[in-house]
Amino acid sequence: MTISSDPGIQKAPAATADGFDFVYSPRFRALVSQTVVVLLLLWGLYEMVANTQANLAKLNKNFGFDFLTNAAGFDLSTTLIPFSSNSSYATALIAGFWNTVLVSVLGMIVSTVMGVFIGIMRLSKNQVVSGFATLFIELVRNIPLLLQLFVWYALVLKPLPSAKLAINFQDSIFISNRGVVMPHPTFGEGAWLAPLFLVAAIFGTWFYARWARQQQFETGRQLPVWSVNSAALVLAPIVGFAVAGWPVTWSYPALAGFNFKGGMTIVPEMAALLLGLSIFYAASTAEIVRSGIMAVSQGQTEASMALGLTRAQALRQVILPQAMRVMIPPMASQLLSLTKDSSLAIAIGFPDLMYASGTVNNQSGKAIEVFTLALLVYLGLSLLTAAFMNWFNARLKLVER
Amino acid sequence: MKFLKLLALASVFGLSAVAATASTLDDVKAKGSINCGVSEGLIGFSNPDASNKWSGLDVDICRAVAAAVLGDATKVKYVPLNAKERFTALQSGTIDMLSRNSTWTMSRDTTLGLLFAGTTYYDGQGFLVPKKLNVKSAMELGGASVCTQTGTTTELNLADFFKANKMEYKVVAFEKNEEVLKAYQEGRCDVFTTDQSGLYAERLKFAVPEDHVVLPEIISKEPLGPVVRQGDDQWFSIVKWTYYALITAEELGVNSKNIDEMKTSTNPEIQRLLSVKTKADDGTEADNDFGKGLGLGPDWAYNPIKQVGNYAEIFDRNLAQLKIARGKNALWKDGGLQYAPPIR
Repeated sequence: MTISSDPGIQKAPAATADGFDFVYSPRFRALVSQTVVVLLLLWGLYEMVANTQANLAKLNKNFGFDFLTNAAGFDLSTTLIPFSSNSSYATALIAGFWNTVLVSVLGMIVSTVMGVFIGIMRLSKNQVVSGFATLFIELVRNIPLLLQLFVWYALVLKPLPSAKLAINFQDSIFISNRGVVMPHPTFGEGAWLAPLFLVAAIFGTWFYARWARQQQFETGRQLPVWSVNSAALVLAPIVGFAVAGWPVTWSYPALAGFNFKGGMTIVPEMAALLLGLSIFYAASTAEIVRSGIMAVSQGQTEASMALGLTRAQALRQVILPQAMRVMIPPMASQLLSLTKDSSLAIAIGFPDLMYASGTVNNQSGKAIEVFTLALLVYLGLSLLTAAFMNWFNARLKLVER
Repeated sequence: MKFLKLLALASVFGLSAVAATASTLDDVKAKGSINCGVSEGLIGFSNPDASNKWSGLDVDICRAVAAAVLGDATKVKYVPLNAKERFTALQSGTIDMLSRNSTWTMSRDTTLGLLFAGTTYYDGQGFLVPKKLNVKSAMELGGASVCTQTGTTTELNLADFFKANKMEYKVVAFEKNEEVLKAYQEGRCDVFTTDQSGLYAERLKFAVPEDHVVLPEIISKEPLGPVVRQGDDQWFSIVKWTYYALITAEELGVNSKNIDEMKTSTNPEIQRLLSVKTKADDGTEADNDFGKGLGLGPDWAYNPIKQVGNYAEIFDRNLAQLKIARGKNALWKDGGLQYAPPIR
């Protein structure tokens, strides 16, 4: 039976008393077509799930997460949490997750700071400075990140000596192709005074900044807020430590056989990944900063000058706050991309979440489960970053009355 | 009315999608070739030359199966896979069989939904170190950094070995074999570990192979063999018995050169291997066609042996260049482990 010859549908318009035309009524057509699309979508989803289930059943496999408690059996080169081959698959994934967070957060900070400087450099009137910034940006932005990572990895590894010939700083820091090995602090009793002093300093600087601003409003006198506050923040934990009587013991690394024992190590893979990500994203950030600054009209600078502000003051007090409003939305997507691109770590052997997922999948054969988890975690990280940037954006928005 | 037609069309496709569960044998016959998963380049096992012609022991297993099924050993499409991709490619149906120096383990046979069709090469994991380190035994490797490929049994044995011997070590694992080799050569690690046959093969790629030594210890059992998906017993039997035919041929002295003369042999074992019709005294003929049981023609064993050679020919052709002796891979009657159940 072909549908077009179905008499029921052909006669339908005639059947309505007021001459309502089902075929040519836009509302009716929209309703039907939308229903069909939704049904097709649901059917597609159902088919996907049913097909997966059928195929898994054919391979005598089941869907479930109980494999996560099995022993991993493999080791990871560097982890923030304790991990060995006796740990579970779940621990392996969590260790990978923290490595991803570590690299992403460090990458975000370094790339943003670098990007702001390079963006401002590119706007400099000094030809050499702006030329250098332009060259850097164009070079870095136009070469694929993966390729850059390989280059950085080679550049980090090639010139470094073997562990036995490590570059030695005061017998405490060693740099070799095994990574940077540093003394590892172990804090003793009373060490909590340091963070306590730091918290106190944070409150203190906040109040001082408020008070200084009030002073400026009332008397016009400017107090050195920036330098005083940064000094306070740096000194407070040190003073706290001194009061407690330096309750810290350092475990110094020492060469034993093939490798260093004691201390903590930054592996070359991590150094290369961090360098690659930071530099690549610094270039894009620089362009965002430049666009943000250029979006602020020249009149703002001239007005600041006319008020007697120095160039640095004008930039910090007048231009950047306005430029920020233009910069935040594209910066948000930059930071999101950085987090996701950190998964390229797998190419140079840094054990991030993607690396751990790949290995767990390969050893356990639970591809759907493992990658669903990884997918949700990356999604969660991205949504979290986006939420933070949205909050930041809302805070900086022009308050219109 | 268009959308209604679309819906009808879609449901037809839906039905066909559900019905598309034909056997691997039918798929392969329809395609006219076998998709065979191989390594990305391992001398002696699966390695492409400059004109992308593949050779090696694993490659010859693919070719033998193609000869058994399609009658032509050249009807193979090689799909190079790294260690991490290989099983997913097989599970998802991208390849029909995997012949990629893969170790037969219990979990791969059970939880991965795969089946190993036999052991075409008995291997074991070893260590390669630069000669200048002056290491004589794996027991001296405490504290060493070890380069390996992720997603392998190698990675697991390594952890076991160092744990069992109460030695510390640092693993540096990469996804791609070439990255592993590069890191080892650049001194990122002291030791490179993989199956011993692989160590000999990879060493040939180094600038000065003699500067690196393979340590004497073998720390694991690595039975390597072809793999198929679970759920298609016929295809499993085809791969398994193609391999057994190669072993049986060596055992019976049948090789690619003498196979046509052997067809006149009166040895009943050879007659069964080559599906030679037997004549009774009264002049009636009887079939010896064991290919039927596999869903193949009577030349199911003749074609692979004629076109690819028996196991000994395959071994000599591919592994002689690595100076690897038959060792455990000799026939059972010569003190090795290669053994085929009888064809009868």
